[in-house]
Amino acid sequence: MLPEIGHFALILALCMALFQAVLPLWGAAVNNHQYMAVAKSAAQGHLLFVLISFAALTAAFITHDFSVAYVAHNSNSALPLLYRVSAVWGAHEGSLLLWALILVLWTNAVLLFSKNLPREMVARVVAVLGLISIGFILFMLFTSNPFDRLMIVPADGRDLNPLLQDFGLAIHPPMLYLGYVGFAVPFSFAIAAMLGGRLDAAWAKWSRPWTSIAWMFLTLGITLGSWWAYYELGWGGWWFWDPVENASFMPWLIGLALIHSLAATEKRNVFKAWTVLLAIIAFSLSLLGTFLVRSGVLTSVHAFATDPTRGVFILIFLVLVVGGSLALYAFRAPKIKSTGEFQLFSRETALLLNNIILVVACASILLGTLYPLLLDALNLGKISVGPPYFNSVFVPLTAPLAVLLGVGVFLRWKKDEPQRVLGLLMLPAVISIVTGVILSLLLPEFKVAAMIGLILAVWVAVATGYQFYSRVNKNKKLTTALLEIPKGFYGMTLAHIGVSVFIVGITLTSLYSQEKDVRLEPGQTYQLGDYEFEFRGVIQNQGANYVANEGLVIVRKDGEVIQEMKPQKRIYRVQKMPMTEAAIDAGVSRDLFVALGEQLDSKGAWSVRLYVKPFIRWIWLGAIIMGLGGLLAAFDRRYRSVKIKQSVDSESDAGVTV
Amino acid sequence: MTPIRKKRLLLIVLMVAGVSVAVGFALKAFNENLMFFFSVTDVAKGKAPAVKDFRLGGMVVNGSVKREDGSLAVMFDLTDNAEVITVYYDGILPDLFREGQGIISKGKMRADGVFEADEVLAKHDENYMPPEVAESMKPKKP
Repeated sequence: MLPEIGHFALILALCMALFQAVLPLWGAAVNNHQYMAVAKSAAQGHLLFVLISFAALTAAFITHDFSVAYVAHNSNSALPLLYRVSAVWGAHEGSLLLWALILVLWTNAVLLFSKNLPREMVARVVAVLGLISIGFILFMLFTSNPFDRLMIVPADGRDLNPLLQDFGLAIHPPMLYLGYVGFAVPFSFAIAAMLGGRLDAAWAKWSRPWTSIAWMFLTLGITLGSWWAYYELGWGGWWFWDPVENASFMPWLIGLALIHSLAATEKRNVFKAWTVLLAIIAFSLSLLGTFLVRSGVLTSVHAFATDPTRGVFILIFLVLVVGGSLALYAFRAPKIKSTGEFQLFSRETALLLNNIILVVACASILLGTLYPLLLDALNLGKISVGPPYFNSVFVPLTAPLAVLLGVGVFLRWKKDEPQRVLGLLMLPAVISIVTGVILSLLLPEFKVAAMIGLILAVWVAVATGYQFYSRVNKNKKLTTALLEIPKGFYGMTLAHIGVSVFIVGITLTSLYSQEKDVRLEPGQTYQLGDYEFEFRGVIQNQGANYVANEGLVIVRKDGEVIQEMKPQKRIYRVQKMPMTEAAIDAGVSRDLFVALGEQLDSKGAWSVRLYVKPFIRWIWLGAIIMGLGGLLAAFDRRYRSVKIKQSVDSESDAGVTV
Repeated sequence: MTPIRKKRLLLIVLMVAGVSVAVGFALKAFNENLMFFFSVTDVAKGKAPAVKDFRLGGMVVNGSVKREDGSLAVMFDLTDNAEVITVYYDGILPDLFREGQGIISKGKMRADGVFEADEVLAKHDENYMPPEVAESMKPKKP
């Protein structure tokens, strides 16, 4: 019964989405306040029904209702409760439902915080979000219904993929989707502004906090994914340039470009058309990412041949969203006039360069990700583009971005003097070069690449710190002066510090990691760098839904035991799938990583993977700091004051508001 | 041309030049790092490159896995039901590597006709046969 209620609620949600999309759009076009007011109640009803639907699916998982095909394929009676809940979004159908839920949550959040925006604007934004929701719910109902029943009810489920039975991956999709779907908000603002023909600085101001928050969620989602891959896949890497990762990285890059171009559009009225275009691209790439990962196209483009409805629906949906918004853009863009003027040497130019670099970097990833798919689909051969391509393109492209960051934050809007900036930057430049060189000499082995990386990291940190220092008003009490600085500026400073931490992490991890696969018999030791690993053998162990071979490795440094590590090799009972659970000793300056390979002979010898990874935590730490910077910036007072001003404007006809 | 236009033109020219250089490098890197997939029969027929890395896929022949004593080195045969090639790999095999399973290995041919892999991939799925391998195992039309 419950699954049918969920299915029915989804159909009702579709009806609500139709109301939410059509009436407010119509109302905004003919200036009918009642129609526009439908936006709010329709979005609330929409939320209610999607929630019911989502709750019904969750309940089916919790109560082991294996008559539901999706539950039977992704759960099992021995699966722990936490993973039964996270299994809701463990595969295609359920993750679409999560997508729809998050979309309608964002919609209601927009309604909640935009009470004082012009009525037509809110109506159009909510309507565009409704249109997107219609597409998603139709997709679910027609091709990927999570509530489909099985004719013959199996005795037990096929279990959730063991790789997904992990806390990090349980919360990774919701975070990622909050980011992906979050970009629907600036997208809708851009579409709404184009529909209304009012592309002033105000829409940029409204879009900014939403873009920052969406980007923050995407940052955290990607970071969680990277961290998960590191400890769960057993290879000890943190980024593989896998198409699945690239799919989330592309909207992240464009979102980052959007954050910077929105700043220029809002403050200086420049790059308006470009910013609109970025908002469209960011959301289009989010859609592409969702479909790439969840539709199975990456496993095999020919999988679509067996079930063409999904593929065709996805293509139509993408064409409608991307084509429709680009058509509207082509129609409106010539009328979008950027009124701001700026000189070649100015902050605007720096932001423009930032955007170009990020967009080119994103395009290079798009090429490497989609080209093999395209060739395969056209039967022109099977190729793969590995990490060497991405590294050799991405690193040289983005290193100048770090240099630019330090210069850009000092540049004045509109026009600046090279002499002034050069004078200002002399000291930070000298400090970072000297510090970078000294730090790189302290490393176990001198490497030019490490020196460059460290100089860049120090440069970003020093320039950011110096810029913050120069912003503090020295004539006032320190606390007053600090309080006067807007949160947006704090956010930017924090995010840029995160960039510095991130560069340190990447540089040192990729250049100084020590990795060794060895054969060890019980009692044997292996020396890797400063650490001595002693293998004590393997014992059997029982888990809730798996059996494990657990190894014991004693780690010593300078003769003293510093850690006992217990890597596991698990076999999950239902899917008979072996899984490597690495043992990790995390630290600020290094991680120790031990993973079991397989038993090699009857003497108890195992193949063992030993890694020493310096500063790898800094990568994720830096990313988290960047994300927090985005969050902080979204709470700038400026975004609230604009609402107060707007409320004064619209007070004259306040009687009709909902 | 007014000075503002001149500056704008300069900005555009600089940007176009910069982007073209970046695109040029990207395409070059792309070309150099493309890796092609070959089936066992392709390799036997001499279609695979002699010096460049490529990806070789096939099914691990039952009973063909041999370990070297005292090291991690392993030899096994790959087949597409038509031809057989021996693969040498020195490292830890992936969790799902086993006889009778389809795998993909990355590496190059040695002069003695053995494929020396520096990476062996088996996907995390019980019934998984890499699509490339499944394709190559299909009975060939005459």
